[in-house]
Amino acid sequence: MSIIIHKNTKILVQGFTGKIGSFHAEEMIKYGSNVVGGVTPGKGGMTHLNLPVFNTVKEAVDQTGASTSILFVPPAFAADSAMEAADAGIKTCVAITDGIPSHDMVKIKRYMRRYPKDKKMGLVGPNCAGIISPGKSMLGIMPGHIYKEGKIGIVSRSGTLGYEAAQQLKDLEIGVSTSVGIGGDPINGSSFRDIIEKFENDDETIAVLMIGEIGGPQEVEAGQFAKEYMSKPVIAYIAGLTAPKGRVMGHAGAIVSAFGESAIEKVELLKECGVTISKNPSVMGETVKKVLVENNLN
Amino acid sequence: MDIHEYQAKKILSDFGVKIPTGGIVYSPENAENKAREIGGSKWVVKAQVHSGARGKAGGIIICNSPLEVADATDKLLGKKLITNQTGPEGKIINRIYIEEATDIKHELYLGLVFDRSSESIMVVASTEGGMSVEEISKEKPETIIRSKIEVAVGIQQFQAREIAFGLGIESKLISRAANTIIGCYKAFSELDATMVEVNPLVVSHQDEILALDCKMSFDNNAMFRRDEIAELRDKTQENSNEVYASDRGMNYVSLDGNIGNIINGAGLAMASMDMIKLAGGEPANFLDVGGGATPEKIVKAFKLISMDTKVKVILVNIFAGINRCDWVAEGIVQALSKIEIKHPLVIRLAGTNVEKGNEILKKSNINYIEASTLEDAANKAVKALG
Repeated sequence: MSIIIHKNTKILVQGFTGKIGSFHAEEMIKYGSNVVGGVTPGKGGMTHLNLPVFNTVKEAVDQTGASTSILFVPPAFAADSAMEAADAGIKTCVAITDGIPSHDMVKIKRYMRRYPKDKKMGLVGPNCAGIISPGKSMLGIMPGHIYKEGKIGIVSRSGTLGYEAAQQLKDLEIGVSTSVGIGGDPINGSSFRDIIEKFENDDETIAVLMIGEIGGPQEVEAGQFAKEYMSKPVIAYIAGLTAPKGRVMGHAGAIVSAFGESAIEKVELLKECGVTISKNPSVMGETVKKVLVENNLN
Repeated sequence: MDIHEYQAKKILSDFGVKIPTGGIVYSPENAENKAREIGGSKWVVKAQVHSGARGKAGGIIICNSPLEVADATDKLLGKKLITNQTGPEGKIINRIYIEEATDIKHELYLGLVFDRSSESIMVVASTEGGMSVEEISKEKPETIIRSKIEVAVGIQQFQAREIAFGLGIESKLISRAANTIIGCYKAFSELDATMVEVNPLVVSHQDEILALDCKMSFDNNAMFRRDEIAELRDKTQENSNEVYASDRGMNYVSLDGNIGNIINGAGLAMASMDMIKLAGGEPANFLDVGGGATPEKIVKAFKLISMDTKVKVILVNIFAGINRCDWVAEGIVQALSKIEIKHPLVIRLAGTNVEKGNEILKKSNINYIEASTLEDAANKAVKALG
């Protein structure tokens, strides 16, 4: 199995008829993802890319049975759309949108708490590349062909660094079960810990590559979780060794503002948790391979 | 986005926080008049730059007459203030804030930030005002009070009271202090702030609770709905290349090294900088041209990097996904036909159609060094420094 998305996962596109939404919806369909329709308020009843457009997520879920959505709605309206998805019974929503205010993200997360655990939506992102289960389904904006089908779970804040890792693994003939981009924002839907827990519970995944960066507590929290609860090896790379303190490095969340948030501190704390560190971004693939050999997993 | 002390104080006062009487001036004559207008017998002349630790750097001067206020203003205006936060280049002083001096009894610390673990707003307070929060955490961690605020309902009176009592404030001043804390919380939550820091917050001998200094930062992503904050931006306080970049939608941070970078994606950009460092070099900048890496963006990026006089070598590292390498390569060739680059240029392409991309670069007449991996690119860039 893969995590979160599988071969038949029914997908809705929020912000379907816009330029970006259309482009990536087409790419996903080409990859083989089961896109069943989209939502653009006011355009309900239309057909777009040969698929139905709905006014509301609720209506779309009722008509298509979709469980999953991907969100390309502009930042000012993205929070509203994510909450609409949560209320319509969507199980997983991937927010691609970059530039959602932090105060809105806090609001979305509080809003989602009103649902009981079995009805609560999982939000992934925002400001992320999305999710891919190679050979099965793509719910994101990544180049699908660089991912080989296989058994490594990848979880990354950065999009392009996640691609870099997938390519390095592919060059070594190592495949990926699922790759999840959790995004570069300070407040995000799913944390590293949330995702590596899913990988731990996935029969197919044999090891996890975690690609973090400066800022925030999530990498170290995931390391502590791995130390206590995980049987599968975790390999990590942390970007931002050279990043100055107090400056935002592109991603809104990539800022060192407290102890334990710099790359060096995170690397040390992760090592203490038994996580294998990829010493530089050029050897993420090799480091995974080495760990697989050491653990007789290859 | 950061704003000046006087702007932050004005905001706080709009939310009911008491601040000393003061005014902004742009000339010594103004300053003298302002001092007379404020009245009293002692004034503080404060350089308005986007930095803390201004006092230690000579940016805050206490004066005993309006003439002294004029002299102090004259001394500061137009100068660059170099603090331990500005870097050696310092920040230009274009505005001076004149304030009545406060008769301080206690100095306290009050800060509000997002707590990324609990995803709530965290109020941090300490009895050790005047020190930086880093110093307090190191030297007097036992004095730190933390209170998580449930954003859905906002700060409650009892929470503000608990903090105030925790700071050892006298009973008769508790409600005044609590209202100050609530005012700061409201400013934070209602204006899309990411940081509000009142340091020091003081109790005066006249039993007033006053915000003596204040720093505020705001969420750049929320500026579309915060015109009143966006207009407080002072570009003279930012690195000019960073302003150029942000005006053109690029994520750029100026650094001290001499290897200029053009990269797509923030994570890959940080990773490339790390590789440069590991290879023995120093990056001149962080630059994320965005996932797209369109020819237009590449042209803009080359322009930006060539404005940086520190740069001796340029490293381009693009991982092309949806945008194929051949297309990116054409963008690079186009860009270089428009701009003359005098420095050695290392290009590493990866991802979709990488062979085609490298082929296009080779066939063009651009002078460059081809690199295959991240490590190879960094090593070649450092070697090209000579």
